[in-house]
Amino acid sequence: MSRAAGIGAPVGIYVAGVGLTPVGERWERSLREIALEAIEAARADAGGLRPQALYVGNMLAPALSGQTHLGALLADFSGLRGIEATAFEAAGASGGVAVRHACLALASGAVDSALVVGVEKITDRIGSAVNAALAGAADADHEAVQGVTPTAQAALLMRRYMHEYQVPADGLAGFSLNAHANAVACEHAIYRRAISAQEYARATKVSDPVNLYDAAPVADGAAALILTRREAYPPGGPLPAARIAASAVATSALALHDQADPLAFSAAAQSAARAYAQAGLGPKDIQVFELHDLFTIYAVLALEAAGFAGRGDGWRLAQDGQIARGGRIPISTFGGSKARGDSGGATGVYQIGEVALQLQGRAGAAQVPSVRLGMAQCLGGAGATAVTHILARDESLRQGSDSS
Amino acid sequence: MTDSDRGRMLKPVNDVGFVGYGAYIPRYRLPAREVARIWKSDEDGLPIVEKAVPGLDEDVVTMSIEAARNAVSRAGIDPSEIRAVWVGSESHPYAVKPTSTIVAEALGAVPHTQAADWEFACKAGTEAIQAAIGLVGSGMARYALSIGMDTAQGRPGDALEYTAGAGGAAYLLGPAAESLAVIEGSYSFVTDTPDFWRRANERYPEHGQRFTGEPAYFKHIEAAATALMQATGTTPADFAFAVFHQPNTKFPQRVAKTLGFKPDQIQAGLLVPVIGNTYAGSALVGLTAILDVAEPGQRILVVSFGSGAGSDAFCLRTTDLLLERRSRAPSTRDYIERRTEIDYATYARFRGKLTLQ
Repeated sequence: MSRAAGIGAPVGIYVAGVGLTPVGERWERSLREIALEAIEAARADAGGLRPQALYVGNMLAPALSGQTHLGALLADFSGLRGIEATAFEAAGASGGVAVRHACLALASGAVDSALVVGVEKITDRIGSAVNAALAGAADADHEAVQGVTPTAQAALLMRRYMHEYQVPADGLAGFSLNAHANAVACEHAIYRRAISAQEYARATKVSDPVNLYDAAPVADGAAALILTRREAYPPGGPLPAARIAASAVATSALALHDQADPLAFSAAAQSAARAYAQAGLGPKDIQVFELHDLFTIYAVLALEAAGFAGRGDGWRLAQDGQIARGGRIPISTFGGSKARGDSGGATGVYQIGEVALQLQGRAGAAQVPSVRLGMAQCLGGAGATAVTHILARDESLRQGSDSS
Repeated sequence: MTDSDRGRMLKPVNDVGFVGYGAYIPRYRLPAREVARIWKSDEDGLPIVEKAVPGLDEDVVTMSIEAARNAVSRAGIDPSEIRAVWVGSESHPYAVKPTSTIVAEALGAVPHTQAADWEFACKAGTEAIQAAIGLVGSGMARYALSIGMDTAQGRPGDALEYTAGAGGAAYLLGPAAESLAVIEGSYSFVTDTPDFWRRANERYPEHGQRFTGEPAYFKHIEAAATALMQATGTTPADFAFAVFHQPNTKFPQRVAKTLGFKPDQIQAGLLVPVIGNTYAGSALVGLTAILDVAEPGQRILVVSFGSGAGSDAFCLRTTDLLLERRSRAPSTRDYIERRTEIDYATYARFRGKLTLQ
């Protein structure tokens, strides 16, 4: 096992179980209950494996549920009382960061198996409470205090991008249309409905130029993964296996005005570059990319930052079908944040679970044909934290084989 | 139908019906586009066309008296025979002091009568009707008057301000043999669901936004309607008309479709586009509009919804007495057509939204 780039590429770590619960208004279930749903689904997928540690990704429970201390809470509630358990917070990148830390623990040999659950309970609160909590991802002293919300940040970035690169008013429509079209096949998506270009064009502006269809719905959700070292891959786990080929986190300034080039999405670019280096791959090798399309402009900037398009050209990828399931670089294959729905700190876990399903040929009607390498990237705030994971289909792991 | 379904249906020992009914809708109208103009909202997809607004000298007491007089006129009885005057509203002018005693006094129903105010958000009026069914059906009273009336509150700028209207209806209950519509059965479905509320001493209600839909309005209306149709052995095709609580235009249309009713079955009672959501009066004033046009021998399904939350469902069948009685008082349409449009500033003055030192 080599350690590429000296930053802990987790060689030999596998996604041994995936549990994705429906994103939506889960009014009848509490935070711990939706987390349990995801955990039980992931454990069942992993042949009932009992993990040695729990890593929770969550952003909003302290603000919206009055609940901190999710590690012990969810370990206990899911029948795992006693195991090591900790929650990780990095705004919308919380889930990716939790996976990253599970990978570090597995790579170090501290544990052989880990459970990651990303969970958010949002829709029990109404009015400005949710917006205020979400704005906590921005710089509280210099942005949120002025009333800047995530949507306003996205509007500033989208306006600037459209100005810099002469993008027409509906230039980003394709990202929303693609996400909605893909979500039709996704059982855990909040909006399983295709939308038309006309609907996009008619949509109410949320924060000009961001319209209703540029912005992802924020809703309850929980997703869980069982991760194991190769030698601990459970006998009943899914095959072919999905191996984590790279795991990388990078950061930038929270405030847009503190970033020298906000449209560069520098943390996204850095984390992608680190991931490529760990895996010995480049953008040309990636066959599916679950990116964080919290706003359509974020999809564009993430594609450019990860090298799928040059600066100012990312928006064109949606114009000619390149981001569709049959295109050069399919994105949001289960709907993405735009149509699967965005569950804050759970998003990164959903994405990695979705990439694993694609690699294993378990994506059902959402399947992209012959995928061997996939990438997932989640963002905190306006890209101040970026977590990139690359997953590879691994047919060397077989049922009954000596996996050590 | 199982015994438990039949057992849950509310049916009195003696058959009861409506011997009279009366609507009241105040004259003033505030167009929804006028609210959108003030609050800089999109004028596409407004929830209604316009809402009825009470005048400066109107409140739930005066409006209840208007509707009750229409009901008594249609019934053609002596008001002193009324043994209960019950007013359901969430806009009672007093926190302590009954609306119903003032209404009873004005009608001439005092002093040998029950009088009480009812509260259950938008279903306070239908709750009062169920109680009257019990009072009359048990033989304790020959006639009982139940009213659902509101001058609904909406915080300026809130989504409710577009729809919070004013109006309602009064129903005089009596023996089935004297009735213009017989009540074949009734059913209530209630849970603790916090979708909409107004705390004591607060001026405006709060609501759970989208939570007011699926787990509140739709769940309760669908459950109540389905249970009552099962208990009475009826299907949507058996009803000439149906009326559901009308907080906006879309909700009653959607719940009707889900339950299997066709648009023409709800059209006559769908008043919300032109008078707004009259809260405790909403389903009941929709029913007066239906009774204004129904033929004898037709079935009508009525389902209210009150936040907090619950639905009361009623299965009615009109009788031959309907035709001669309905012309004895102004029709619901007469009140809708008696229309004076006002602007937002006048609305603010009428509704006391401007307070001067």
